[in-house]
Amino acid sequence: MRLTQGAFSFLPDLTDEQIAKQVQYCIDKGWAVNIEFTDDPHPRNTYWELWGHPMFDVPDAAGVMFELNECRKAYKGRHYIRLSAFDATHTWESLRLSFLTDRPADEPGFVLERQEIDGRSIRYTTRAYAANRPEGARY
Amino acid sequence: MNAIDKTKPTEEKRSRYSAGVMEYRKMGYWQPDYEPKDTDVIAVFRITPQDGVDEIEASAAVAGESSTATWTVVWTDRLTACDKYRAKCYRVDPVPNGPGSWFAYIAYDLDLFENGSIANLSASIIGNVFGFKPLKALRLEDMRLPVAYIKTFDGPATGIVVERERLDKFGRPLLGATVKPKLGLSGRNYGRVVYEALKGGLDFTKDDENINSQQFMHWRDRFLYCMEAVNKAQAASGEIKGTYLNITAGTMEEMYERAEFAKTLGSSIVMIDLIIGYTAIQSMAKWCRRNDMILHLHRAGHSTYTRQKNHGVSFRVITKWMRLAGVDHIHAGTVVGKLEGDPHTTKGYYDLCREDFVPQNLAHGIFFDQPWASTRKLMPVASGGIHAGQMHQLIDLLGEDVVLQFGGGTIGHPMGIQAGATANRVALEAMILARNEGRDLLGEGPEILKEAARHCMPLKQALETWKDVTFNYTSTDTPDFVPQATAAE
Repeated sequence: MRLTQGAFSFLPDLTDEQIAKQVQYCIDKGWAVNIEFTDDPHPRNTYWELWGHPMFDVPDAAGVMFELNECRKAYKGRHYIRLSAFDATHTWESLRLSFLTDRPADEPGFVLERQEIDGRSIRYTTRAYAANRPEGARY
Repeated sequence: MNAIDKTKPTEEKRSRYSAGVMEYRKMGYWQPDYEPKDTDVIAVFRITPQDGVDEIEASAAVAGESSTATWTVVWTDRLTACDKYRAKCYRVDPVPNGPGSWFAYIAYDLDLFENGSIANLSASIIGNVFGFKPLKALRLEDMRLPVAYIKTFDGPATGIVVERERLDKFGRPLLGATVKPKLGLSGRNYGRVVYEALKGGLDFTKDDENINSQQFMHWRDRFLYCMEAVNKAQAASGEIKGTYLNITAGTMEEMYERAEFAKTLGSSIVMIDLIIGYTAIQSMAKWCRRNDMILHLHRAGHSTYTRQKNHGVSFRVITKWMRLAGVDHIHAGTVVGKLEGDPHTTKGYYDLCREDFVPQNLAHGIFFDQPWASTRKLMPVASGGIHAGQMHQLIDLLGEDVVLQFGGGTIGHPMGIQAGATANRVALEAMILARNEGRDLLGEGPEILKEAARHCMPLKQALETWKDVTFNYTSTDTPDFVPQATAAE
C-alpha cells in the first residue's frame, strides 16, 4: 500500500527541488517549518518524533533542506519523514501545510480488526502490520 | 441622539400618544440624525414600497413592525423605555439602477434580543414585516452583528482549525462526494459507493439532503454500512476518512438518537439540513461540541428565500446566522457549478465564513464591517456540478479552506468511482503544489492538469469526459455594486 497522509501523497514522490519550493512558500508566508519522523504511521499517531525544533528563523529553504538531509542520514528507508509548517497568526495558530518527503522502501500497510459487539455494531481497530515489532525495528 | 430625550414638553408627548393611527415616521421610527451605537444590531433592507407609498414612511414602518410598533398608537408604550426599544431607521438610499427600491438602514438596540438565540433574532428582524401590505417586496440584505451579541453564541462546534487537526489534513481543500443516486440504494449498496470513493482518495462522502430513513433504507442500516466503508478505506490508505451521516429527522428526539448512534459507531461527523430550523440547528451544534463531532449543514431549502433579489433574506445573512448558530460546514456556492452563485457575491459568503474581520465590500455585497471576535471559522463547502477539469478555477476562486464536493464528478467517472476519486485528488494535489510553487493557476491551469494526467490515467479520462463542461448562466443574486465609498457610515 501507499500511505496517503500529507498534502501530496497522490503525486509521484517529490524531488528535492520540489520540496525546496514548498519550503520556500512556507517561509515566505512566515510559517516555521518542522521536520518529523516516525515508524508508527497509524492515522491517529499525532505526535511524530521531532527532528529538532520548528525552524522559526531560517531565512530560506536551504537551511531546512540541510536539516532534512541530516534527518534522512539517520532514518531514511526505515522511517516516514514529513515536513509541517506552523502558522502563529491569531485565529490559526496551527499547521498550514504538511506533507511526506520520505517513506520506507516497503509499506505493508494496515490490518482492520473487527470486534462484533452489541446488536449489529462492530468496533474497529486499525493496526499497522509493522507496529507488531518494536520501535526502531519496524521497517 | 442615542440618549433618550427627556426634555420633550408634555404637550408633545400627549399628542404622540393620543389614540388613533399615526405615521410610523412620526412615531420615532425614522431618525435621520441617529448615530448607531457599537452595540446596536443594524439591518439593511431592500424595500420596494407599493406605488404611492413614500419610501421613508415604508422604511419607518419596517423599523416599527420589526421592533415595538403595531398599526395604531398604544398607551402602554408609556410604561416602557420605548424610545430605547424602538428600532430606528436612520438612512434610506435609492438602490443603484433599481428604480422603485431603496436600501433602508435600521438600528436595533441590543436589549431587544435574547442572548444566543437565532430564533429570537430572526423572529424580530424577519418575523412580521415581510407580509406587510404597504410593501410590494422586502429583502434583508445584510446585518451588522455587534461583538457584544456575537459573544453570546458558541459559534462553530469544531471550527476549521480543529477540524483540520482532527483529520490531520493541512494545506489543501478537503475532497468530498455526495452518494448518488440520492434515493433508492439499500444500506449495503450505499456503503459500496462510500468505500469506493474514500478508498480512491476522497476525504469525505456525504448523505444527500433527503436521505433520512425511507422504506428502501433504514437509517441504522446506512450508518452501519457507511462506518464499515469508512474504517475499511481508512485502513487501506492510512488516512483519516469520514462520511456525513444525515441525522435530520421528524423530531429532536429522533435526531439525538441518530446522533448518538453515529457517535457510538465512531463517526467523526454528522449532518443536518437547514430546514430543521434554527433552534434545532443550535441544539445539534451544542450536542456536537459536547461530543467532539463535526457538524455539516446542508442548506436545503434556502433558495426559496435567498435567490430572488427583491424579496427574502440574502444568503449572506443566513451565513452569519449559521456561524453564530454553530455549524462547522455550510454549502456556500461553487460559482462554476450548476447552482446559483455570482463570483463576487459568493466571495462575500466565503469571507463571512472564514475571516475574523470582514471589511465592508459593496462589490461583494458586504454592507458593513463585520468583526467576528475570534469566533471559530466555518468551513464553506462547494458542491453541485463541478469536476476535476475546473480545479484551477475552483482553487483560484475559493482558496484552500473549503470542501470541494464532486458527486457526479466522482461517481460518473467512466472507469468507476475509485478512478473518479483518484482523478479529483491528483488534480487537487497537483494544483496546490503548482500554486505554492508560484505558478499562475488561471493562466496555466489546463497545462498543470495535463502534466498531472501524464502519471494518472483516471485524471486523463476525467479531463476527456467532462472537458470544459460548465454551467454558464446569468446569476439572479448579484451585487448592486453600489460604488459610493461612504455607503455605511
